[in-house]
Amino acid sequence: MRYAVAVELRPLEGVADPEGQTIERALPALGFSGVSGVRVGKVVRFLLDADDDDSARRLVGQMCERLLANPVIERAEVSLEGVEARSGPAPAGGSAGASRPSP
Amino acid sequence: MTATVGVVCFPGSNCEHDVVRAVRAAGGEARVVWHGEERLTGLDAVVLPGGFAHGDYLRPGALARFSPIMDAVERFARDGGPVVGICNGFQVLTEAGLLPGALRRNRGLRFVCTTVTCRVESEASVLTAGVPVGTLLELPVNHGEGSYACDEGTLRQLETSGQVVLRYLANPNGSVADVAGIANRAGNVVGIMPHPERASSALLGSEDGLVLLGALLRSALGTPVRAEAAGERRAHTPGASAGASRSAGASR
Repeated sequence: MRYAVAVELRPLEGVADPEGQTIERALPALGFSGVSGVRVGKVVRFLLDADDDDSARRLVGQMCERLLANPVIERAEVSLEGVEARSGPAPAGGSAGASRPSP
Repeated sequence: MTATVGVVCFPGSNCEHDVVRAVRAAGGEARVVWHGEERLTGLDAVVLPGGFAHGDYLRPGALARFSPIMDAVERFARDGGPVVGICNGFQVLTEAGLLPGALRRNRGLRFVCTTVTCRVESEASVLTAGVPVGTLLELPVNHGEGSYACDEGTLRQLETSGQVVLRYLANPNGSVADVAGIANRAGNVVGIMPHPERASSALLGSEDGLVLLGALLRSALGTPVRAEAAGERRAHTPGASAGASRSAGASR
């Protein structure tokens, strides 16, 4: 299966987020009231070929641990979407088009 | 006899020659080591200099940590060799898991480029050994992501075991507890945001950085770890492979 992966990285609760604070101060100045809890992170998107949802999720988890996220300051939230069955023999147990958005 | 300091140059480093000059001004010898090398040969200490290693992509230090030289730096550090990260080098050391915590965007998103007064808080590091606690140093800072962050437990441990080596008198970036520099438990790995190499000539405003670099040179001579030997000794140790040391780093 080929998966469209999105890893959302955002600052941990309790870690200062100066970008979020700046935006939160700027919005009321433009007349948007009632905004609170602004947190600014980043999203890393890529395509991943993997046998099934579980192995894709495991691989992405390892990528987060080794490189994509710094667990001291960031939380990573992974979402996976099956986009196409890989050409060639279908992997055992692979469910084409399976989609499992992250909770 | 003088100590020889290896100054690692990553793509995007920009303070490596300044550090080489400053180390020489402090009475030591120094040379630049390219990040693509896999061995640290004949060095008594290693400095990771300031700059923007690998463009600071993803996070400062996140990619530099995987440069080929970093396995040798980790081995050298774990064998007790003196390793100092300045500014971007500090960020690399936290990403590599050689120092606790992380460096975040400055308070107010403000890039700071100024001279700050720092107080020496502990002599228990290779960069401050023999420098009396309370010594005030005028040092330049120049960074956008120098706000030191760590959890409360880590901060408590840093404070109680004398691992906070340098503190700002006036916090320029929002660092927790005004931290300007920390060491690991053993004191042989140190990270600081201020640039001692830019305070190495009275003509340019301050020589206070030479106090720290001089301490590093004395520590390097007093430390019985020479990079070459350290590399040889660990070469046959199971678990010293690239994969093992990286996963150790990832555990942070």
